[in-house]
Amino acid sequence: MKAITNYAEPDSGGHFGQFGGRYVGETLMPAILEVEEAYRRFVAGADEEFMDKFHYLLRHYVGRETPLFHAQRLTEYVGGAQIYLKREDLTHSGAHKINNTIGQCLLAKYMGKKKVIAETGAGQHGVATATTAALMGLECKVFMGAEDTRRQAPNVQRMKLLGAEVVPVNSGAATLKDAMNEALRYWAGAVEDTFYVIGTVAGPHPYPAMVRDFQKVIGDEAKRQIFEMCDRLPDALVACVGGGSNAMGLFYSFIGEPVDMIGVEAAGEGISTGRHAAPLCHGSVGVLHGCKSYLLQDEWGQVSEAHSISAGLDYPGVGPEHSLLKDLKRVEYRSITDTEALNAFKTLSRLEGIIPALESSHALAEGMKEAARRDKDQIVLVNLSGRGDKDLAHAISALGGLE
Amino acid sequence: MNRINKKFAELKEQGRSALVGFISAGDPDFDLSYEIIDAMCRAGLDVLELGVPFSDPTADGPVIQRSSQRALASGINMEKCMAMVGKLRIEHELPIILFSYYNPIFKYGVERFCNDAKIAGADGTLIVDLPPEEGAELKGKFTDDFSVIRLIAPNTSLNRVQSIASDGSGFLYVISKTGVTGSGGLDTEAVAKHVAQIKTITDLPLCVGFGISTAEQARAVAGCAEGVVIGSAFERLIEDNVGKSDLPEIMYSYVSEIRAALG
Repeated sequence: MKAITNYAEPDSGGHFGQFGGRYVGETLMPAILEVEEAYRRFVAGADEEFMDKFHYLLRHYVGRETPLFHAQRLTEYVGGAQIYLKREDLTHSGAHKINNTIGQCLLAKYMGKKKVIAETGAGQHGVATATTAALMGLECKVFMGAEDTRRQAPNVQRMKLLGAEVVPVNSGAATLKDAMNEALRYWAGAVEDTFYVIGTVAGPHPYPAMVRDFQKVIGDEAKRQIFEMCDRLPDALVACVGGGSNAMGLFYSFIGEPVDMIGVEAAGEGISTGRHAAPLCHGSVGVLHGCKSYLLQDEWGQVSEAHSISAGLDYPGVGPEHSLLKDLKRVEYRSITDTEALNAFKTLSRLEGIIPALESSHALAEGMKEAARRDKDQIVLVNLSGRGDKDLAHAISALGGLE
Repeated sequence: MNRINKKFAELKEQGRSALVGFISAGDPDFDLSYEIIDAMCRAGLDVLELGVPFSDPTADGPVIQRSSQRALASGINMEKCMAMVGKLRIEHELPIILFSYYNPIFKYGVERFCNDAKIAGADGTLIVDLPPEEGAELKGKFTDDFSVIRLIAPNTSLNRVQSIASDGSGFLYVISKTGVTGSGGLDTEAVAKHVAQIKTITDLPLCVGFGISTAEQARAVAGCAEGVVIGSAFERLIEDNVGKSDLPEIMYSYVSEIRAALG
């Protein structure tokens, strides 16, 4: 995995190599062009007032910067490289998702939109959007698969308390993919006054680039922090990938550095069972939700259902930039099963007193494997993208109870 | 002259608007779907938009979502859609347009799709989620005699209409209102105004769709446009009468009624 020093994706049409783009119906095109114009002006163009407000809120509301923590007991337990955890679980509302919702909701305000909508899987993006909407006085509607409203009941209550309307989606497998379908449908009828806050580095341009730009604060901070603590770069970065926003946020600042990067998809019940959520590892190129990317699909281009114990990774597509980084061999993508993730969930809780989200537990499980293969003088930095409170009931029952 | 241009030239001479029908191929199953569509063609459908079902139809409302699901559950795929076109072409001369999302076409192979569609007897395609911005996908893979029908939405700027029109062929599909297919409410006055605006920019025939389900609405829209597109109303009728042995006859009478309203 070699550093790429002249990396400048995407192109002006939102293409990351052959991936990305804008595959949406004509009703949504004007809306997307409007978002793109605002993105260019305020975010890519780094408008001073906008960026000042964004960073002010990240610091004083979200609680950034988040710590980088040397997990010494976990390191000792694994017996390999030093494991450092980027503590995104300590952000306000409990996951990295809020970095992006602060950015997008602020942009919605700048564009004069009064209402925001969002899709959510695990509920973290929904909670982050509902939180930010409350902060900024925006009306908020969150689309969530009916199956996920059961798996992630505490987050449904949270969103409602924050004043958001939660719309359960019953089509398909009633998970994240279907929630996004429904959000896109709703948006097509409400483009005039509504901004769609997409939660990951997928969807039509400019979303993959925009979400990355709001999330790259994770990697910017981690790079500075590891230099402060160890006076050197890490040897490897590990992050979980559903759509891939926390991974892109961590990786982006390191693309030009000699650092190995590992993205971790959900192997669900095991790749061989076919019940997984690993399009980068086992999918093929296709078009879903406005962008071209790796995708779980059948031979006729019908999208397959994904499977993962983690609602946030339960998605058959993935961000287009990850697809490019895979093809460029800049990032290596691997997968972790439900069982491995559950073990990591329990291990971190017992050894470090940190309960990780099931999504982040996938990164942790692979991070432990990677650290075990490396020497003690090496550094493996794992993105702990969210906290696990929302997963307690579901995870403990999957573990067969606690002794 | 291809079948689409010929059809609109004929209709212009007769002074009447086209009845364009959308129907999902394979709903509720291949054989019955053929019988239904055959009956609709016999009842006087002018242009057929044959839907190639997709698992995630994000521009469609619940009715077409369910029809896609029924069709996919019955085992429809691109190859069978091509077979459906071929079978219909034996009996019928009306223009047939394959209507789909991009992924099933991309996965089948863009060039192969165009070739096989033409061999089967289709005249063009409408790809809902392939805006002109991604038109490079089709460059050099579609031949000129295969029409690409483009969409115009109420919120499409006039500048954009210009570039879409110059990119399209056959006719333009004018979406009557924002939102997804099958949602109610139709403001015919607003539609007429929009159509008149577009007509200052292009000579392509304009067919208006979204929210049209009655003969009266069809007649009102036909007053200002070269064609009227009906989709969800057909699918709703299939859904409500699935299992009845006279389903093709039910569809025949409904199409006849709308067709009669268009003169």
